[in-house]
Amino acid sequence: MSTAANETPRSRGKAPAGERIADWADGRLGIYSLAKSNMRKIFPDHWSFMLGEVCMYSFIIIILTGVYLTLFFHPSMNEVEYHGSYVPLQGQLMSEAFSSTLHISFDVRGGLLMRQIHHWAALIFLAGMFVHMMRVFFTGAFRKPREINWLFGFLLFVLGMFTGFTGYSLPDDLLSGTGVRFMEGAILSVPIVGTYLSFFLFGGQFPGHDFVARFYSIHILLLPGIMLGLMVGHLILVFYHKHTQFAGPGKSNKNVVGMPLLPVYMAKAGGFFFLVFGVIAAIAAVAQINPIWAMGPYRPDQVSTGAQPDWYMGFSEGLIRFMPGWEINFWGHTLVLGVFIPLVIFPLVLVAIAVYPFIESWVTGDKREHHILDRPRNAPTRTGLGVAWMTLYLTLLVGGGNDLWATHFHLSINAVTWFVRIAFFVGPVIAFLVTKRICLGLQRRDRDKVLHGRETGIIKRLPHGEFIEVHEPLSQEQLHTLTAHHQYEPAEIGPTVDENGVERKVPASEKLRVKLSSAYYGEDNQIPKPTVDEYKEITSGHGHH
Amino acid sequence: MKKLSARRRHPLAAVVVLLLALAATGGLYAAFAPAGKAQADDSAQSLTIQEGKKLYEVGCASCHGTGGQGSSDGPSLVGVGAAAVDFQVGTGRMPAATSQGAQVPRKKVVYNQTQIDQLAAYIASLGAGPNVPTKDQYGPGGADIAKGGELFRTNCAQCHNFTGKGGALTKGKFAPTLEGVDPKHIYEAMQTGPQNMPSFPDTTLSSKNKKDIIAYLHAVDSSDTTNPGGLELGGLGPVSEGLFAWIFGLGALIAVAVWVAARTAKAKKS
Amino acid sequence: MSSQDIPEENLPAEQDHARGAVGVADEVNPFADPGLPPHEHRIQDIDERAAKRSERAVALLFTVSMLATVGFIVSYVAIPHDKSIFVFPIGHLSALNFALGLTLGAALFCIGAGAVHWARTLMSDVEVADERHPIEAAPDVRAKVHADFRQGAAESVLGRRKLIRNTMFGALALVPLSGVMLLRDLGPLPGTSLRHTMWAKGKRLVNTNTNLPLRPEDVAVGSLTFAKPDGLEETSEDFQTEIAKAALMIVRLQPGNIKDKRELDWSHEGIVAFSKICTHVGCPISLYEQQTHHVLCPCHQSTFDLSDGARVIFGPAGHALPQLRIGVDSEGYLQALGDFEEPVGPAFWERG
Repeated sequence: MSTAANETPRSRGKAPAGERIADWADGRLGIYSLAKSNMRKIFPDHWSFMLGEVCMYSFIIIILTGVYLTLFFHPSMNEVEYHGSYVPLQGQLMSEAFSSTLHISFDVRGGLLMRQIHHWAALIFLAGMFVHMMRVFFTGAFRKPREINWLFGFLLFVLGMFTGFTGYSLPDDLLSGTGVRFMEGAILSVPIVGTYLSFFLFGGQFPGHDFVARFYSIHILLLPGIMLGLMVGHLILVFYHKHTQFAGPGKSNKNVVGMPLLPVYMAKAGGFFFLVFGVIAAIAAVAQINPIWAMGPYRPDQVSTGAQPDWYMGFSEGLIRFMPGWEINFWGHTLVLGVFIPLVIFPLVLVAIAVYPFIESWVTGDKREHHILDRPRNAPTRTGLGVAWMTLYLTLLVGGGNDLWATHFHLSINAVTWFVRIAFFVGPVIAFLVTKRICLGLQRRDRDKVLHGRETGIIKRLPHGEFIEVHEPLSQEQLHTLTAHHQYEPAEIGPTVDENGVERKVPASEKLRVKLSSAYYGEDNQIPKPTVDEYKEITSGHGHH
Repeated sequence: MKKLSARRRHPLAAVVVLLLALAATGGLYAAFAPAGKAQADDSAQSLTIQEGKKLYEVGCASCHGTGGQGSSDGPSLVGVGAAAVDFQVGTGRMPAATSQGAQVPRKKVVYNQTQIDQLAAYIASLGAGPNVPTKDQYGPGGADIAKGGELFRTNCAQCHNFTGKGGALTKGKFAPTLEGVDPKHIYEAMQTGPQNMPSFPDTTLSSKNKKDIIAYLHAVDSSDTTNPGGLELGGLGPVSEGLFAWIFGLGALIAVAVWVAARTAKAKKS
Repeated sequence: MSSQDIPEENLPAEQDHARGAVGVADEVNPFADPGLPPHEHRIQDIDERAAKRSERAVALLFTVSMLATVGFIVSYVAIPHDKSIFVFPIGHLSALNFALGLTLGAALFCIGAGAVHWARTLMSDVEVADERHPIEAAPDVRAKVHADFRQGAAESVLGRRKLIRNTMFGALALVPLSGVMLLRDLGPLPGTSLRHTMWAKGKRLVNTNTNLPLRPEDVAVGSLTFAKPDGLEETSEDFQTEIAKAALMIVRLQPGNIKDKRELDWSHEGIVAFSKICTHVGCPISLYEQQTHHVLCPCHQSTFDLSDGARVIFGPAGHALPQLRIGVDSEGYLQALGDFEEPVGPAFWERG
């Protein structure tokens, strides 16, 4: 990959083969102008910047293994009698989808490995996207000009959830069938059109004979196709915007400091793909996932306790489990609030985090580009809101596994459910307040560090007997890093009279904006960073300890 | 009438018969001697019952009443049968601790098998109930594992999980794990329905069905069950898989990412 | 390789101090950006032996990868697919899956580790700054694009020829309707199918386990039995769809314990038959606690009281489990006295 570039041009004569091929391609594709701006593109080094790569690589791994699985999987619900190598299911009636999955697991050499890599990679893909999204959130990397890329990423996460769900349903085993049954019930709860939607999705009554084939085309074609497009767009934008970086010496909003794509990142990022693939393959070698043979074929009159979806759907499971059974009957119709409300909250939970960048940019009114990342402590309200959202999400995950909490911690399942019901409302509020306090505390500590230096831990006794701790002044690098962030002033309501002296009606939206702005940047909501004057006064006043 | 035949079929009778008959005419003959059995039954059986009664009065009567009629602390034992006693005492659930939680858990067994048999004989004498099953009934011979799996998923998995790992019930009650449980006790539990578990009498889940279920459980939930894919992760399904993916999957990848992105050690100039 | 990875945090800090003392004058701005710290050399940059060691480590990793691939191929050919081995502490597992996974993992991981080690120790580690340029276009470009667009729009005459514009929008708005129409045959209309099950007057209750019709004396107090309608076989074409509605849960209570009058009326000698399908979202609910007479749904923990008309006492279900009215036919078998009087399973808009 790097030979062509490392080759020094030879004196006259024939150019090396690599160069000739590149010339040929440039004459037709114009690759040189593309390479000019990208070949030595700079990427900053930080482990958290590689989370996105974890996602991209696991997605590629999923596609590779998924294509392999399609070679053996039969997306059909025809009933067959099983006569493969797994003894405890011999002679059982099952769908072709289930029996072909058994065939992949037991009779195709390496088939089980491919299945397990596929499934583990899917769980890791979504976990990676979640962490990546949180990294972007807490460092403020979603700010202009990256709002659209934030949305691309968000859509990838949501589509990933549904791609995962449809894939999990394909083997038609008892666990996933229970999940599909839940989905049918959820669709039925939609007012007016629910019954029709369900009949159209399942080709009639549940389970019918169609859903595996339909989910199959959604799982392998429709959703991954859209995701692939979004991912390419996401990457192009990352290249186009250039990567963000943390504040530090030599790093500004106008540059990006790091290593060039060729060769360092070619090797690091390319190598990282193999590392991710290798780790997932090793996990698939030692840890079993979704043993459908143990669950048995789906039958609508059978079920197992501990029926949960994969983790990324767990929060919706929590929503549905803690909801009280509200149902309203009127004029011959039923409003199934007990199911429909969770069904509505489900997208709202996701949308809440998706629209956040737009809300924040409206509150700040900031139209500038931001390429320097925030440290989470320097945006206490945002960080508080983010942690509140994560608390909500985690509470719902706990709720989705309430039965396992009950059995493993010897609790009553009713108590766990009640805990989730209360924590759903109270948890995020507490999390917000606590997080914000912690952020402000950390800001205060940074301020002290800048003004009074670093605590060395060395205790000195002064001649008159007083003990003091020796503070060591920070280097300029550190001073710069700790004071590089921008602090907003809270917005104020504009003049209430216009230029002609006529009283102007202040729109409600403006009032709201001002209120929010002071909640974000008001006096008690951020610690002012030290100013040069303060610093000089202290350092020149009584000198260094 | 039913009571009498039940007592005669009692496996304990066979044990007693065997011992007596061995002394008299030799084992092989004794095993096939129904006449001797009936004779031996009365005296030996009543002796056993006497012993059981003594044990009962010391260990059980305080809760279950002196005649097994039950009290506010424990249910009546009339008609629960020998199988129930063998299960409850044989799995250590009985005698229960004085202050118990939502349900009585499995614990260390207090009585030895002979004592359990004596207790069982005494309780069985109070009223007809299911007998302790024989090895033929719960042994692996002639069982259909696949059928057992289907039956397990219809009748048992809703509480005990796909492969018998157990699960939650209301208000702190739970269906225990079935791993490492003696097949005899599984059979007895199905027969007698201990605590909140419903019973599955032979009329609704035949003796053969029970045998199939036990064979299936042995195939999927014993220490030598093969989990082809590797670690079973508790057999709890997606929750433990998700935790594993987060902690070991993503955790390992982040550790790798930290290495990839970390600065290489700098040389000290000398 | 680990010997070279010793973090030497002290070194940059020391240099900072050195430069801080000499560096930018405090008077101007003590917080000013001091600029990129000077590049420091790695061991490999100054010590050729260390560089050689790195080179060998990378080559070794690539070699291990090659060997692992050979191992993969050998495992694939040599290990039977049904061979089970015991690996501590994992337990019994498929030898083939274990061997293939580990060799594949090692082959891939070593390529990655080699490449990264190469990049970290032997490729240049000089940090470079790249200028950023504003994303938005310069004002003249912006003006040009706007002007071009206006010209193009004007030349299209779309603004003036309203008739063209309106009919075009109309046509474009209508044409996707064909696509929507095509979705109509995805499934039949619901009709009343959700209101009916296979149960009908005179249908015997057949034990799901034994496939035999049930008699009242088969059902003991405290036991749990599952039943399906007579004539529904596992091999039937529509078994799954029918059992999804018709599955039945049968328990026997002491008639005196039945609190709900209708439940008592619809029972037979204390034997009650309820739909096994949860009214929440349709899980087969059957976690029957024989002492409390509660059934719990394993999916979302809806709890129903079977001694009180199966009303909901906890969880997200909105209404009681439907009860099937049962009796005994002339031959002494349990039979249904009709279909369920209300739809079974999850609630829906038309349920009423």
